[in-house]
Amino acid sequence: MARIFALIPLVVALVFGGFFLWGLDPDRDPNNIPSVLISQPAPEFALPAVEGLDTPGFSRADLVGNDGPVIVNVFASWCVPCRAEHSVLTQLVEREGQRLFGINYKDKPPDATRWLAELGNPYEKIGSDIKGRAGIEWGISGVPETFIVGGDGTVLYRFVGPVVGEDAIATFRQALVQTGALKGGQGE
Amino acid sequence: MRKIFAVILFSVLATTAFAVEPDEMLQDPVLEARAREVSKELRCVVCQNQDIDSSNAGVARDLRLLVRERLVAGDSNQEAIDYIHARYGDYVLMKPPLNRSTAVLWGAPFFLGLSALLVGFVVLRASRRKRAVVGLTDAEEAEVTRFIKHNSPGDRP
Amino acid sequence: MTPEIGHFALALTLAMAMVQSVLPIVGASRGNILWMHSARWSSIGQVFFASIAFFALMQAFITSDFTVKNVVENSHSLKPMLFKIAGTWGSHEGSLLLWVLILTVFGAAVSVFGTNIPDTLKARTLSVQAWVSVGFLTFMLFTSNPFDRVFPPPTDGQDLNPLLQDVGLAMHPPLLYFGYVGFSIVFSFAVAALIEGRIDAAWARWVRPWTLAAWMSLTAGIALGSWWAYYELGWGGWWFWDPVENVSFMPWLMGTALLHSAIVTEKRDAFKSWTILLAILTFALSLLGTFVVRSGLLTSVHAFAVDPQRGLYILGLLALSIGGSLTLFAWRAPLMEPGGLFKPISREAGLLVNNLILATATGVVLFGTLYPLFYEAMTGGDKLSVGPPFFNASFIPLMLPLVFVMGIGPFLSWKRADLQGVAQRLRLVALLTVLATLAIWYMTNGGPVLGYLSIFLALWLFFATLKEWALRVKLFDAPFAESRRRAANLPRSSYGMTLAHAGLAVAMFGFIGSTVWKSEQVVFVQPGDVVSIAGFDVTFEGVERVRGPNYFADRGTLTVNKEGRFITELFPERRIYPVAESSTTESAIRSTLIGDLYASIANPASEDASAQGAWTLRILYEPLVFFIWLGTAMLVLGGGLSLSDRRLRVGAPRRRAISASKMPAE
Repeated sequence: MARIFALIPLVVALVFGGFFLWGLDPDRDPNNIPSVLISQPAPEFALPAVEGLDTPGFSRADLVGNDGPVIVNVFASWCVPCRAEHSVLTQLVEREGQRLFGINYKDKPPDATRWLAELGNPYEKIGSDIKGRAGIEWGISGVPETFIVGGDGTVLYRFVGPVVGEDAIATFRQALVQTGALKGGQGE
Repeated sequence: MRKIFAVILFSVLATTAFAVEPDEMLQDPVLEARAREVSKELRCVVCQNQDIDSSNAGVARDLRLLVRERLVAGDSNQEAIDYIHARYGDYVLMKPPLNRSTAVLWGAPFFLGLSALLVGFVVLRASRRKRAVVGLTDAEEAEVTRFIKHNSPGDRP
Repeated sequence: MTPEIGHFALALTLAMAMVQSVLPIVGASRGNILWMHSARWSSIGQVFFASIAFFALMQAFITSDFTVKNVVENSHSLKPMLFKIAGTWGSHEGSLLLWVLILTVFGAAVSVFGTNIPDTLKARTLSVQAWVSVGFLTFMLFTSNPFDRVFPPPTDGQDLNPLLQDVGLAMHPPLLYFGYVGFSIVFSFAVAALIEGRIDAAWARWVRPWTLAAWMSLTAGIALGSWWAYYELGWGGWWFWDPVENVSFMPWLMGTALLHSAIVTEKRDAFKSWTILLAILTFALSLLGTFVVRSGLLTSVHAFAVDPQRGLYILGLLALSIGGSLTLFAWRAPLMEPGGLFKPISREAGLLVNNLILATATGVVLFGTLYPLFYEAMTGGDKLSVGPPFFNASFIPLMLPLVFVMGIGPFLSWKRADLQGVAQRLRLVALLTVLATLAIWYMTNGGPVLGYLSIFLALWLFFATLKEWALRVKLFDAPFAESRRRAANLPRSSYGMTLAHAGLAVAMFGFIGSTVWKSEQVVFVQPGDVVSIAGFDVTFEGVERVRGPNYFADRGTLTVNKEGRFITELFPERRIYPVAESSTTESAIRSTLIGDLYASIANPASEDASAQGAWTLRILYEPLVFFIWLGTAMLVLGGGLSLSDRRLRVGAPRRRAISASKMPAE
């Protein structure tokens, strides 16, 4: 009897050890919170166009009934990493025919307009989310965040942070391939 | 990884906004008190070790305002929490939900407590039971008697 | 050159540790005195070389030697010298070096000052301790070398985080590490005893001073961390159930259980397996703490650099040391002789309850802290978090009964206690407690029931502890001179207990007051506005820009009055550090025994308010916060008193050699 009691601490330690081993997987990011939206229909939102910009506004209806997956990017002119990400996204649109929609998060329209004029505007439609409420609907914690939404409006993938740098771009491209937005092997 | 952490930390510290602000607060003190309570139950997704009531992050402020909006719209505390929960997932709850997967967590204190009681019981019983005294055999009895006889004080110089 | 010397010294420390890992323990089983005594030299050698390494690193920090990678990452030429020095142990690598240094110091102390410990036990203990050293040293030398150079050297360092430039925070790690390392010595004693196959009262006596020293240090380290969080972070809170706080708290809980369990082993030769297990688990939890903060397993604001590779190494260390010792325990512990018998109402039983509650509480905190990991693994990626609501809901209901038992425990006699007699002696205490609680209820105009229940129990503990002392000195029961004589002759360890238990009660008052009866005001203010809180009238005079050595700040001036009388002025600041590109809130605190007035200012987030020249003023009133620090200081002092008790240092009496002719043939 005493034997069994004496073994319990060891057994518990071994079980914990197993979990720790699992937890050390280098691909695991302890800070990353998975999105609730994956495999769910895109949230309800209807945003007006950015004032002073020709690009039309953006709402949920734009995501339903598309031919293939599209990219939704949450950005702002005050967001420094968004600048670097901009060129990556532009490449995806111009060179690889991706469709890009934008949510302009908590940004003043004049600032956003100026920013896009300077860097170029690859977005098909841009919703002006001045209060940040639409961002909350998408469950974002900051900018930039980028989503891949299927043709039927189901959210397929979320990328937190700027799609900048070899690793990030590779990861995102892989997601594009997996969701069918990109044919495998295309581009760099 | 450290750099990313540092960037987040610095961007948080650099903002001069400051946890819950007077302009966010509701006029109705009862509703406001409820809003503070609800805020304390929601985890900030940026500064992940603080609740949204204390966090300086931009998203935290938006969520604080959203919580108040929901309460003003008539939601109960739980409904307001559920609203945010639906958009951000289980992680944002300070108090883990009570469902099948978390039954292990919520059950743990009871389980551990009961185990402790059980162990206590067993130990107390074991310590009360007089241990069986094994008697001496006849041969051993004789040897002891002989020993005592031959070794009483006064036998040795 | 100095960093290379340091690096070499570290390698030499490892070499000596490896020798100490083998010779003494083999010598013990072979009866080879020379080998056993070699531990003295190898342990002193280890301290010598580890000190060289440590001071070599410190010198690199003092001279801001930016060719050393560790200095680049953790220092800056503009840092005040005190914090440059503290940078030595502020990083992952540096903190490991501190660990190793303290480990070697403790090892040498056991070797040199442990004169009453039998040779074989001492030799085995030092060998086990050397195994731990080897583990940490190889970890350092192979994955976390503090002496790595960087070429070309940058012009300046990278780290100037103002939040970390604080005296309290600088002392927090060394105190914690003294605690963790102290428990590693107890662990070594425990494993050595398991190997020897024998635990007895003498063993418990030898172990007690080390346990006390470690426990004192850990208590101080945790309290310091809490105090820092309180005055620096700006929200008036002092405990957040953050994973890294939890991993320092768990060894403390287990260490407290260990301390008390060892008393039973010493006095009654009972609870042997318990004490050994607690010794192993306390150290296991310390190691777990080291593991969690360095491996990226859990998110925490505290965490050092996330590095799964290092995490893997520490996990290996954990597996070997804890897996090994628990296997040894499972094998050997059941063979121990059971100890003294006792009745269900007795001091042993009381301490058994103490052990069980503390162990349960530790288990609950452990489970809650690790659950997010388990959940993520079991669900393949879903995340949840466990926050204060869970911990408070599960921890507090466990602690309250313990506090109740703590009041009664010291009155119980060993082996068999007279419950009726005890109850009779506690009648007055119960009455006092009820009256005091009612008085407080009246003065505070109501509050949550749990608050008053907790106050009741804290008062109970306080009065019961005092009563126990009063009984011992026969206060009011004998002439005053006699009481005074008795009081002077009471052993120090008895005062240690009284002080420590009373200290816990005092700290509890602080915990309860500052949480339950906290009040707060958050308002926009313009110069001249008055804010009322807790009977104080605080006038916001205005804000001025001031300069500091490496920052500039907006300093607010607040005038505090109470019922028309001037009390004090407070100067909360919002500091901006241009080089570090960050800012901090420096709260202004007015602290008295009754409560703390706690004020901070900030620029409003709302642009309208900002445009009007308004500031956000946040004032908290936290009653009895000071008692937290007072209570924990009493805990530490109580431990110190016990530690200084001379009886502890006189070991078990040695057998006088009896000439062979007098012994009957065996």
